[in-house]
Amino acid sequence: MSQTELTREVARRVFASEFNDSTYTFKESDDERAPNYALLPTGDRANRVFIAGTLTETEDVGDDSEYWRGRVVDPTGTFFVYAGQYQPEAAAVLRDTEPPAYVAIVGKPRTYETDDGTVNVSVRPESIAVVDAATRDRWVVECAERTLDRIEAFEEWEAEQEAPESGSTAPTNEYAQMAHERYDSPVINYRNDVIAALEQLEETDDVEATA
Amino acid sequence: MSDVRQHADDIHEQFSDHLELSLEDVEERLTTLVDEYKVPIDEARRSVTNHYLEEAGLERDDISQGGSEAANIEDVDEPEQWIDITAKVIELWDPRSDSVAQVGLLGDPTGTIKFTKWAKSDLPALEEGGVYDLRNVVTDEYQGRYSVKLNSTTVVEERDEELEVGDDTSEVEGALVDMQRGSGLIKRCPKEDCTRVLQNGRCNEHGEVEGEFDLRIKAVVDDGIDAHEVIFDKDATEDLTGLSLEEAKEMAMDALDTTIVADEIMDDIVGTYYRIEGPTFGRYVLADEVAELDGPADAEQLLIRARSM
Repeated sequence: MSQTELTREVARRVFASEFNDSTYTFKESDDERAPNYALLPTGDRANRVFIAGTLTETEDVGDDSEYWRGRVVDPTGTFFVYAGQYQPEAAAVLRDTEPPAYVAIVGKPRTYETDDGTVNVSVRPESIAVVDAATRDRWVVECAERTLDRIEAFEEWEAEQEAPESGSTAPTNEYAQMAHERYDSPVINYRNDVIAALEQLEETDDVEATA
Repeated sequence: MSDVRQHADDIHEQFSDHLELSLEDVEERLTTLVDEYKVPIDEARRSVTNHYLEEAGLERDDISQGGSEAANIEDVDEPEQWIDITAKVIELWDPRSDSVAQVGLLGDPTGTIKFTKWAKSDLPALEEGGVYDLRNVVTDEYQGRYSVKLNSTTVVEERDEELEVGDDTSEVEGALVDMQRGSGLIKRCPKEDCTRVLQNGRCNEHGEVEGEFDLRIKAVVDDGIDAHEVIFDKDATEDLTGLSLEEAKEMAMDALDTTIVADEIMDDIVGTYYRIEGPTFGRYVLADEVAELDGPADAEQLLIRARSM
């Protein structure tokens, strides 16, 4: 077995707005069993994600067997979560949980191309846990931090491209390069989403403090 | 120095402790293969090395692969590396096999590691509490845990000084994203010093045995940068879940199924943020101190950072 198979894939923290833009997927090798990655527009690869938000709606959209769809909302948008017979535990949580509820989900990014050519990105859950507001808030802050880290690395890489003679010590960033080639949306958008998400948290804090 | 010369030099050094050989002789053998027989240099080196191995009556594993490097114990992270360490013998254990002369735990300021000294290596006995320079030891790995082996090429020198031993503690903070198989209510082999976890009532070493119940959790705590594997022993599991071993046994008895315990624990902990401190063993962190992170998270500093970007 190779080293890469033994290493567990990290669960990336990504807001819904960026996740839903992560339409390009790739593998790092030709091996049939090589892991699939979604390319995050801020320049990283994600084989697994950890997300938290409000489960606002659940629906069994299956024909013959149960196939549950959940909508999970974070401050930037909505994650679509699909669980069927191969994710029985996750499907059971979607079936049994009465929305609205805060949930934390570990899962894999999946893409699906519709007839008109749009690519939809969804989450195939490994686990869904009902959590409290504190956990959800902590996730927003953590996700904001990780996203800012990625944006910073992306911008360093970009600066390096514009002024290669400056001798900057920015490390090579192959996923920033890939994101630059594959996506149009400027990373500043995701920074704005981070700010909006954090501001929302601050406001709720203030409301609670004065209440 | 030419390529051939460099390789000749390496080979000469590898065997200088074992054989009377001249650098010229090594170089000549290499040159013949490379220039006359058009053998690629790597293959030539392999062939010449084998020749000397045979002459010295050694196995390939007995010689170092091109010199060893000074290393700290915490840096050992792959098998079959030849390294030099300076370490203190923390404790000696009883060898379980005649082929092993000594086995025990070594420590340096960066951490601890198991060592094995082969009987056939014919090295001086290490003493508990002694500090030694150990040159040319080779690293090994078993189920994610690393060890070093002392072999017949190892040079042991006692140092007349004290060495502080670090405990290799690490702290991980993140979301508990997965609980692995072998968690919950498990059975261990009751044979002395075994404690292996039974699979379907069987111990890998001792076959079918009457197991002893234990509680543990193997989990993955992930901070979005790295995934850390964390082990909670019985006490840590009881603290974390509020479920005692007795209660877990009752729960399994009522359900006629031990997996109910794991399911129950999993629902309780997956998706929760923790800060965990403890010693590391290979790729595992042993949970000593566990705190659930349920306080408010600070958004203000990040907001300042985001706005200034």
